[in-house]
Amino acid sequence: MNRKEPTSRVITKFVIATIIAVYVLFPFALVVINSCKQTADITANPIGLSGMSIGQLFQNLNDVVNNPNFLFWHAFGFSVLITVLSLVFLALFGAMTAWVICRNKTKWATVIYFTFIASMIIPFQVVMLPLISTFRDVGKFIGIPMLQSVPGIVFAYLGFGGAMTVFILTGFIKGIPYDLEEAASIDGCRPEQVFFKVIFPLLTPVITTVTILNGMWIWNDYLLPSMMLGQNGAVKTLPVAVQAFVGSYVKQWNLILTAALLAIIPMVVLFLFAQKQIMNGMIEGAVKG
Amino acid sequence: MKEASASTKLFSLICLIGGIVLLIWSLALDFMGTKAGYRGALLVVGIIGIIAGMYLLPTLKYHRTLIYVIFLFPLLFAFAVTVIIPLFLGLFYSFTNWNGIRYTEFVGFANYARMFRQPSFLWSILLTALFVVFNMILVNLVAFLLALLCTSKLKGMGFFRASYFLPNLIGGIVLGYIWQFIFSNVVTKIFSGMKYSMLASTHTAFIAIIIVYVWQYAGYIMLIYITGLNTVPGDVLEAADIDGANATQTLFQIKIPMIAPTITICTFLTLTSAFKQFDVNLSLTNGTGSVANFMGNYLTNGTQMLALNIYNTAVVENEYAFGQAKAFLFFVILACVSILQVRISNSKEVEL
Repeated sequence: MNRKEPTSRVITKFVIATIIAVYVLFPFALVVINSCKQTADITANPIGLSGMSIGQLFQNLNDVVNNPNFLFWHAFGFSVLITVLSLVFLALFGAMTAWVICRNKTKWATVIYFTFIASMIIPFQVVMLPLISTFRDVGKFIGIPMLQSVPGIVFAYLGFGGAMTVFILTGFIKGIPYDLEEAASIDGCRPEQVFFKVIFPLLTPVITTVTILNGMWIWNDYLLPSMMLGQNGAVKTLPVAVQAFVGSYVKQWNLILTAALLAIIPMVVLFLFAQKQIMNGMIEGAVKG
Repeated sequence: MKEASASTKLFSLICLIGGIVLLIWSLALDFMGTKAGYRGALLVVGIIGIIAGMYLLPTLKYHRTLIYVIFLFPLLFAFAVTVIIPLFLGLFYSFTNWNGIRYTEFVGFANYARMFRQPSFLWSILLTALFVVFNMILVNLVAFLLALLCTSKLKGMGFFRASYFLPNLIGGIVLGYIWQFIFSNVVTKIFSGMKYSMLASTHTAFIAIIIVYVWQYAGYIMLIYITGLNTVPGDVLEAADIDGANATQTLFQIKIPMIAPTITICTFLTLTSAFKQFDVNLSLTNGTGSVANFMGNYLTNGTQMLALNIYNTAVVENEYAFGQAKAFLFFVILACVSILQVRISNSKEVEL
């Protein structure tokens, strides 16, 4: 538009935006402030800066990180491992499945595709109880424990994340001209070479999108790991560890908020570096899903 | 395609046969009931061997089909084991007295009949419905207003956009505890007139959950509205401007009708996610809260929504079959609402 907005309105908007930003960021600020205090100072004045010290922050961090119910590095490591493995497998196998669905024009491919789409409305609560018993039986049968184990939970994420991943990837692969593949196979590429050398590299933008969507979900997921890994198992993800930790320290707010701080930091750091990609990925996922 | 050499052929056959042997061996171990720890490894190596053997086997004619099968297998297998099998097993278990491990008798529709006589469950349904309605309206309204604010040309809007979105990055469990702290320690300090924490009474605790949820979710929905608003062509807005339309007219007669598909997406997203809300509910109030008189009963699960009710029924009270039946009702409601909503919005889009 050519008309310039009057300065007063610009200022009003800016003030409103700032007020909302303060409101939205206020809880995060509280977490940081109160992680540097003792419980007594928090109850006396949760908003003020009195009683804050770096020494107390390290004291709190030390208490939380080494707490047997939390074990931050342990939980963090497992969270990273589970998320990364799930994302890699989802991207690879999802792309493979989506490619076959696109290129194989048979009845079966259509049936598989629509089963995936229909399964997207199934809420986790419906399958979580039989899932545990199924996984227990499968684990006994094949000799690899599926419950309380990393392979088991990665396998579960592969199953649950598969539908959305395939849906988004199929939409993208459909837009890739078939001529490209024909040319490659005339040049002597086998079908699997066509996929890995021609198609897969082209999928980078859409794989970024699904990785962000799945990554946000898997990293923050609580219900699935809590059901499959248990509250006190050897393997714990970060959300499960936070829940187990808070359950054991009812009103020790300095420790609880320090634990929250530790749980928040990885995601916020990642967001600072990949802000644009994360926001775009979330938008695309919503619009396509 | 290359001619398969004799050595490749031999190698593929070795892989195939070796794989099958390992597979049978591991299954045999299973039936013999040994506690050998290497059984699982045998199985995996066996399957990989079979796949490698099939892949290298020079059957050029069926090669493409074979590749398709190998490509589909991992994801479809995981999908079947984690979604399809549990779904049908769950449907079956909901008609039995399953306790999470085994069932002894078939009870027909008893579980389903029982949940409609349980006041605490009916309360959860009612509460969830209320929560969904409030959230759908509030999140969309707040998100749309934020989007309007963020699409105006101001300096520093990138920062505001990012900070409004920030809460969405953090999991509900952690957010719930942070807000529990805010409601019970900070809010009472700021508004000194408040004697008790908002979480202490059922009504205010419900409002508290809505506040947290809007705070978390509005930023995300805002991003989608921003994308929608950016697709409104600039020349249309310019034409309206020249014709003398004021900001309100532009908003209601151009912008909103043009982003109708976005509104559909956002309504759908907020609806399903609010309906499935679990994490914040668990960590903020854990479903507690007293209801003095609901259908003549005293309830203690004043803020317990459906998802949490199902979880507690199964995991805490150990009534797996009953919880499973509730979960199926949950699924049916969700499916109906989703289908209905898509239909309504589709017909609306045609009219426009």
